[in-house]
Amino acid sequence: MLEIKNLHARVADEDTEILRGVNLTVNTGEVHAIMGPNGSGKSTLSYILAGRDSYEVTEGEVLFNGENMLEMAPDERAAAGMFLAFQYPIEIPGVATMEFLKTAMNAQRKARGEDVLSIPDFMRRVKAAAAHLNVSMDMLKRPLNVGFSGGEKKRAEILQMSLLEPKLCVLDETDSGLDIDALRIVSEGVNKLRSPERAMVVITHYQRLLDHIVPDVVHVLSKGRIVKTGDKSLALELEEKGYADYIDTAA
Amino acid sequence: MPAVQETIDKVKAIDVDQYKYGFVTDIESEKGAKGLSEETVRFLSAKKNEPEWMTEWRLDALRRFQQMEEPEWARVSYPKIDFDDLYYWAAPKSVEGPKSLDEVDPELLATYEKLGIPLSEQEILAGVEPKNRVAVDAVFDSVSVVTTFKEELKKAGVIFCSISEALREYPDLVRKYLGSVVPVTDNFYATLNSAVFSDGSFVYIPEGVRCPMELSTYFRINEQNTGQFERTLIIAEKGSYVSYLEGCTAPQRDENQLHAAVVELVALDDAEIKYSTVQNWFPGDKNGKGGIYNFVTKRGDCRGKNSKISWTQVETGSAITWKYPSCILRGENSRGEFYSIAVSNGYQQVDSGTKMIHLGKNTSSRIISKGISAGRSQNTYRGLVSAHRKASNARNFTQCDSLLVGQDCGAHTVPYIESKNASAQFEHEATTSKISDDQMFYCQQRGLSDEEAVALIVNGFVKDVIQQLPMEFAVEAQKLISISLEGSVG
Repeated sequence: MLEIKNLHARVADEDTEILRGVNLTVNTGEVHAIMGPNGSGKSTLSYILAGRDSYEVTEGEVLFNGENMLEMAPDERAAAGMFLAFQYPIEIPGVATMEFLKTAMNAQRKARGEDVLSIPDFMRRVKAAAAHLNVSMDMLKRPLNVGFSGGEKKRAEILQMSLLEPKLCVLDETDSGLDIDALRIVSEGVNKLRSPERAMVVITHYQRLLDHIVPDVVHVLSKGRIVKTGDKSLALELEEKGYADYIDTAA
Repeated sequence: MPAVQETIDKVKAIDVDQYKYGFVTDIESEKGAKGLSEETVRFLSAKKNEPEWMTEWRLDALRRFQQMEEPEWARVSYPKIDFDDLYYWAAPKSVEGPKSLDEVDPELLATYEKLGIPLSEQEILAGVEPKNRVAVDAVFDSVSVVTTFKEELKKAGVIFCSISEALREYPDLVRKYLGSVVPVTDNFYATLNSAVFSDGSFVYIPEGVRCPMELSTYFRINEQNTGQFERTLIIAEKGSYVSYLEGCTAPQRDENQLHAAVVELVALDDAEIKYSTVQNWFPGDKNGKGGIYNFVTKRGDCRGKNSKISWTQVETGSAITWKYPSCILRGENSRGEFYSIAVSNGYQQVDSGTKMIHLGKNTSSRIISKGISAGRSQNTYRGLVSAHRKASNARNFTQCDSLLVGQDCGAHTVPYIESKNASAQFEHEATTSKISDDQMFYCQQRGLSDEEAVALIVNGFVKDVIQQLPMEFAVEAQKLISISLEGSVG
């Protein structure tokens, strides 16, 4: 589903390379975790996958279902099934969460040549997905992410993810800013979306998220490269020993 | 950052030529002579069969006008207007008051169809519920061509007709109130309008009557080089209520078209007037050529106690907008409101706002202004809130928000606050923001195109004002805002 080959990237107009040859293959149905210390390039990787243009790819390629994803605009990637759950979801004042959901769902449907959703159909889907994530009607009427608590923001992200039914989900530090209960609700929401037709890349600092969302593969990203790949036990090992070993090997 | 660079490029690619309603209807017009003189005024007045006092009133205004200077304090610039190079009278030919839609020139009906204006007469034929009906007094150039619903309104005792007709049928009412809110010498453009006003609406709501439907007028400037000078007068007697909608589109022309309207509202004891405008006149092409000059004087007089006047405007068109719908809060406990969305793109210049003049005790006012500037446009909010000596406990709340799209546009806020009464309480809040790259990226990541993202964010920004519009206008207004910002990105 996702193939990243020798990806080099930097912040546009700056010289320092942040990604220095990332190689990663994620197959359909798999959940991969990417762990790494601060500044290792985790968020940069997620932004580049989503198409943020403040980053510049200097070398390498990214294939999404065999297509060159780097050539696609962010909204084209979204319509093709790429979803990024933001570490810091953005506030859209005056736009009710419900309205945003409808606009996004219909924009993607239109891009794929599908009919827009009827209002009853839309409402049915939203209500079903919202119930699983403990998202109230009241929250859906509030402007998107405006005044939302950390937990509400992340739940709103997962709600969008479940409604947009993406093929590839990238979760950027979805556990940050969550208390234990919110972490459980969000993780359950994510687990519900695990499916043989869908791939996930879970980016996190901490092993605790991976207790809830158990990955098939764990990668360690350090200084812009994947320096180790293993199974879920690698995450436990990191929890115990920290990143020190990998920082040294990557240097 | 390239994200910003991209936005700039997109803004540069602005194409206001997309103006959706830029077409010219080919209807024979009858024109008076060019130029501004006593002869012009007499010709105009005679054409309209006006009473002698009206002709004198106009001539008096003309004499005053000839001694006035064009004001220059607004933040707009444009080549001097040659008032002698304009026509002051143009009317579609062979119109002698059609009795039904069948008698209306099909070309004209086709024009309205292109604009998507439902003449409500058709709704009746289609069996639409009466409570959903909107009465439309269609102004085509200078003469009211079709007036619908008059009969039904008459049953309620409501008078809704053209001001020309009102001058013939209800001269005493017109004479009593005309110029009583906006005096003949109020300002340069109002004086010009007083001399040569062409037509407009007249509304009279009798005591205790709640007008059974929203009253609506669609204005359309059509004839090339014709100044159009509407004059509207709305009187709400004690305890009455009326909601009036005004919507405008104009066909595309190369030469600038002058528009100087005067609207006067009078609310007596316990009466309420709600006046909503959607203005979408040709803003000029992408090089800033052409477009309507819109110099409007709109003022409401809360003459009676507990009266209320509310202005809501969505301004997306015109090359130049000079417009300050105001409220004189004379009656005790009277209330004035101003809700505004002003969108400017391309080379448009907007200088708009309101005046809330607190004269009576316990008067209150509320101002919510949302300015959106894109392209190379300049968007100024100019407002005055004043409390006079006797205006004890006057209250005002003002919120002025500006949103910038791109880097070549400007947003300016010029609030004037004057209080001569120590018990008055005025609050003013102002913000200026930009659509951030983060917001754009977030929306795009969810599948929205550039334009969809801008439309969504802008509609969120103006929501407080959209909510004030009557339902049928709210949808139209949202569409209009999206159309106006088309090409501001992508």
